[in-house]
Amino acid sequence: MRFALSEDQTMLQDSLNRALGDLSPLERVRRFADEGEAAAPDIWAGLAELGLPGLTIAEEHGGLGLGMLEAALAAEALGRVVAPTPFLGSAVLAPLALKLGGSSAQQARWLPQLAAGKATAGVAISEPVAGARDGAGVTASAGRLNGKALFALDAAGVDLLVVADRAGGLHLAHSAEAAEPMPGIDATRRLTELNFADTPAEALASNQALDRLRDAAWIVLAADTLGAAEAMLAKAVAYAKERRQFGRTIGSFQAVKHLCAEMAAELEPARALVWYAAYAFDHAPDEAPLMAAHAKAHLSEIGRFIARTATEVHGGIGMTDLLGLHYWFKRIGQNRQLLGGPEKVREIAARLQGLAA
Amino acid sequence: MDLTLTPELAAFRDEVRAFLDAHKAEHEGGAPKDPKGWQRLLIDNGYAARTIPRAYGGFGAEPDGLKARIIAEEFIAAGAPRGMSGQGISMLVPTLLEMGTEEQKRRWIPPTLSGEIIWCQGYSEPGAGSDLANLQTKAVEDGDDFLISGSKIWTSTAAQAQMMFCLVRTEPDKPKHEGISYVLFAMDTPGIEVRPLKTMTGQAEFNEVFFTDVRVPQANVVGGRGRGWQVANTTLKHERGMLGDPNATEARLKSLIELMTTETVDGQRIIDNPIFRDRLMQLQARVLSMKFNGLRTMTDDTAGLARLVVKLQGCELNHQVAALAIDALGELGILYQDGPHLRAKGRWQWNYMFDLGLIIGGGTAQIQKNIISERGLGMPREPKTVEA
Repeated sequence: MRFALSEDQTMLQDSLNRALGDLSPLERVRRFADEGEAAAPDIWAGLAELGLPGLTIAEEHGGLGLGMLEAALAAEALGRVVAPTPFLGSAVLAPLALKLGGSSAQQARWLPQLAAGKATAGVAISEPVAGARDGAGVTASAGRLNGKALFALDAAGVDLLVVADRAGGLHLAHSAEAAEPMPGIDATRRLTELNFADTPAEALASNQALDRLRDAAWIVLAADTLGAAEAMLAKAVAYAKERRQFGRTIGSFQAVKHLCAEMAAELEPARALVWYAAYAFDHAPDEAPLMAAHAKAHLSEIGRFIARTATEVHGGIGMTDLLGLHYWFKRIGQNRQLLGGPEKVREIAARLQGLAA
Repeated sequence: MDLTLTPELAAFRDEVRAFLDAHKAEHEGGAPKDPKGWQRLLIDNGYAARTIPRAYGGFGAEPDGLKARIIAEEFIAAGAPRGMSGQGISMLVPTLLEMGTEEQKRRWIPPTLSGEIIWCQGYSEPGAGSDLANLQTKAVEDGDDFLISGSKIWTSTAAQAQMMFCLVRTEPDKPKHEGISYVLFAMDTPGIEVRPLKTMTGQAEFNEVFFTDVRVPQANVVGGRGRGWQVANTTLKHERGMLGDPNATEARLKSLIELMTTETVDGQRIIDNPIFRDRLMQLQARVLSMKFNGLRTMTDDTAGLARLVVKLQGCELNHQVAALAIDALGELGILYQDGPHLRAKGRWQWNYMFDLGLIIGGGTAQIQKNIISERGLGMPREPKTVEA
């Protein structure tokens, strides 16, 4: 028994961190965000050279065939540099939906394309997971979708949509009747409102695939927050070691260093929770939903704490657009709300162990 | 990550279960009928003093964090009492193993493990708490002996203990960290007075100890004269490993869930109140984090920071679990003395109060944050003030 990353997993982390340093520096993120780019194909193509789009796709379909722990490590690396990529929708959720519910023809049609990064996929599962707002919800009958889906992930300009209907059934569609951007706080990833009007779609075989998609999404969002929070803590510590006031570096004041210690004390055990949730997704299916829920809710809470505290350690400069710390702050804020805020997710955690009706 | 048990570990788990099952009668109700006999039985089977060499009265197994964890889990699951765990066993014994002479090990470790000798720790003083190295209890040479004068505070089990391991100043002219020695002496030596120190729990979990010309042979120094600070840090390392133990937290959360699913208010179970349920789920995520963090610290070489946060986070979490239990009990949560409505013998209130002491003791939360930021994050130390 060993609760630690393997050599391969550490190498994956290192090579992703290195590549992302070049592919997605702050200037690139800023351009994506400020100029309202729908996608950053340059970054995705660069990551495709490392196999990232096909990370979880089986080798027979051209992917790397790796598991949820590797996906979580990748999400952590992406969160660390707030990279604008369709990783969650295209590389995790759509391949998982196809694996669980796709026919061999559907798999053969889409998985190699997705694995190569040549096609991208968006995912619309907000309503049955987080609850329907503003009259949203998709119905399916006779191979047609109707209604609207809010907060679709990575769905701007994609080749494939995975859509959950109100009852939790999953469908593949090529496009929606209309797709409107839903600009939120986090400009590093795009959310979309999809409208369907008798839109042709292929149903995926169900067998609780939506629950698995939900768990996978929760783990990836938690890992993304883990990475973003790590980066914020590292920036706060570096700044506190450099900035001088009252003739001392501010990091020598206990008022400041204790804030940093509190962030580290919250973050480090949370890493173990994310690792375990990801491990359980593949190896302990009975525990997986509860662990995914706890990872999502807990990382949302400590993510918020670290986002505000790390900003505070920077003082006034932390608030400025110039420094860019706000991209991390907002990324963490968006991960918290997406697919269920912590209260909603904890209620599900209670239900999963028979502690709530 | 590979969390499957090897066949060897799976067999070990079965062995622990079989042992606890076979000896049910001796530990029923959570307390051993015969504490010393239970301790002997546990040592003989490797469930106490597991890694202490046989020459010193232990079981003599190789250190194995996973087996230790399996033992802890199975004892919790069976509600069985662990081996004795006073400051002698958990702090003095590891310190002697690391720093003691062969004679000191042979003389003191076996009777400590068997429960014949109970120890207390003489570290803190009224003027030396977080700044422990400022301790002033002095030991003046007198022939082959020291004469010790001064006082100690926060001394648990001083009234029951036969022996004390104690920090004294033997070299008053040297810088404060270099003038300290670590000595062992009997509590019935003339000149020692123990006064119970009653705390907010209503009990005296601690004592004050006063020394007036207490005669102690110089041969009782451990680790060399003037080396007491290094020896003390060895002991503190073992103390911090014990405080914030995630196995204990997990057991406490289990009791809290039991409470919330059985207690009712107006006929409604507490768990059915969404506010309490949400608070429980928040704590459960924290307990799981500390549990997995604990597993990681045992098997991951990159877990340095993960180790540094255990005392701070674990003690705080224990306190929060007790706080939620009190809140969940509502007005019943106030009760503390024996009576028909008292729950769990008042244990939750006692934990809530006593555990605040554990947040402070063994290195306060603020000292822990200094350690985390300095050793874990590489932040600068507070500039030294000029010593008087």
